[in-house]
Amino acid sequence: MLAYLLRRLIALVLSLAVASVVIFLVVEVAPGDPASYMLGINAQPDTVAALRSELGLDVPKVQRYLTWVGGMLSGDFGTSYTYRTPISEMIADRLWISLPLALLALLLSTLIAFPAGLIAAARRGQGSDVGVMAATQLGVAIPNFWFAMLLVALFAIKLRWFPSGGFPGWDDPLKALKALTLPAIALALPQAAILTRVMRSSLIDIMGEDFMRTARAKGLSRRQALWHHGVRNALIPVLTIIGLQFSFLLAGAIIIEQVFFLPGLGRLVFQSITQRDLIVVESVVMLLVFAVITVNFAVDMAYAIADPRLRRRA
Amino acid sequence: MNRNLIIGMFLSLLFVAAALLSFLWTPASTETLNISGRLQAPNWDNWLGTDHFGRDILSMIMVGARTSIAVALVAVGIGMGVGVPLGLAAAANQGGLLDEFISRLNDLIFAFPSLVIAILITAVFGAGAVNAIIAIGIFNIPVFARLSRGAALSVWQREFILAARTAGKSAARISTEHILPNIANLLIVQGTIQFSLGILAEAGLSYVGLGAQPPIPSWGRMLADAQTMVTLAPHVAIIPGMAIVLMVLGLNLLGDGLRDALDPRLKGRRA
Repeated sequence: MLAYLLRRLIALVLSLAVASVVIFLVVEVAPGDPASYMLGINAQPDTVAALRSELGLDVPKVQRYLTWVGGMLSGDFGTSYTYRTPISEMIADRLWISLPLALLALLLSTLIAFPAGLIAAARRGQGSDVGVMAATQLGVAIPNFWFAMLLVALFAIKLRWFPSGGFPGWDDPLKALKALTLPAIALALPQAAILTRVMRSSLIDIMGEDFMRTARAKGLSRRQALWHHGVRNALIPVLTIIGLQFSFLLAGAIIIEQVFFLPGLGRLVFQSITQRDLIVVESVVMLLVFAVITVNFAVDMAYAIADPRLRRRA
Repeated sequence: MNRNLIIGMFLSLLFVAAALLSFLWTPASTETLNISGRLQAPNWDNWLGTDHFGRDILSMIMVGARTSIAVALVAVGIGMGVGVPLGLAAAANQGGLLDEFISRLNDLIFAFPSLVIAILITAVFGAGAVNAIIAIGIFNIPVFARLSRGAALSVWQREFILAARTAGKSAARISTEHILPNIANLLIVQGTIQFSLGILAEAGLSYVGLGAQPPIPSWGRMLADAQTMVTLAPHVAIIPGMAIVLMVLGLNLLGDGLRDALDPRLKGRRA
């Protein structure tokens, strides 16, 4: 186990290192100098040069990369070119929106997917299964930003139940939750569809297992067997997908945040890209990649602890 | 023939035909503006109504289908063209350094938030259809690499591969002559799925203004333009969205139908 852990740990560090280089390079080759972008087209060359040195843009790339990575390792993500504020503070602010939004969307999609998947699997081939599967087909085909637009038209503009956009802050938690409700529903739709399918097929696989037949032979009804033995075993792939969806939701909300004018992480990246605030882009994207890679690592580890066969194979 | 396959093929072909037809004929020009006739509901002259510039929406949808299909199709091509050879090479070299390298590379690309990187690429290198293709295509590579590696590994265990090896064929020749035809079914099915995901990604990118640029019509752009007019003229927002849904739905059904048709054992077990 220790050797396996060590191997995976080295792979983890290597992936993170390579990811940081890739992100740095993509952003570095970007046309457009941040300093001249900030000062506008009429700026004097010496003013641009002064700002460049102030922002630390005049040092060699390798040194800049090392400063950036070194800073992140010590919790310093750098300072935004545009706002002149520490990026860690900006990220922390945005996380207060992105994190609850992702959690809310995940909660909604789980609340929809569990019963839907269970019903579909338990009544495989019957009307309700066909209905659920048709609904999931629609769910994955609807672009979530379009769904968001329709939600706004109905629930914000027509019925006025929810705000159409913006975020009032957490001072009034109820208002804040209301502002996040429509975006969370829009985000949850495709996730719920995918999760329902995973839940269904996982349950169907489990129902063919020997221990399920044993449970039935023991005298449990179909429903009891499914509930006591099936669901728990079917949860493993479902939990993996939930883990993956969470990291996806954190970053994937970028377009939905755009629809609802929510100042979350995605919108921060989007604005920074258009403002050539490259250091913010680098740091936030790196943070997201870090989140995905470590979540995957944690999932792998959990599997290895649960299933020793995986350790030997790897 | 199963039902999914028929519906899926019908919907997909409908949009492909509309896109092809738009090169020869559209009900109206998508370039002439007619402000006095703007935001008209569907009527006899404009079957799907007109947009905020008075352009015929049916014509815009037809020309927009070109953009969506072209971007998604080429992105799938990039994914297959690069990913499949990588996956085959990794499988041929199972357990070796090359295999390890390719697998880690796959994991790495998967770890990147694809939408954020796509937005980064298109924003940095300029918004437009070509950069959208590249941005979407890159993330198709690990999908095909992983799929073809996994499928190829199981084919490598078969007896006829052993026969080919004893006949002195090289790993490269075995991969192309024996492995590839045996995993082609899987690749085609995955291709339709990635195609539909590409349509969605292209719509998302052009919705935030990073896909095909005006005046080239694109479905995502049409939705972005319609956003402020949802209550004023709902059809402007509903029709392009329906086009995306039907196209994606069609491709997904086609994929499911093909999978069932090509491998009946999997019927009803799809996730």
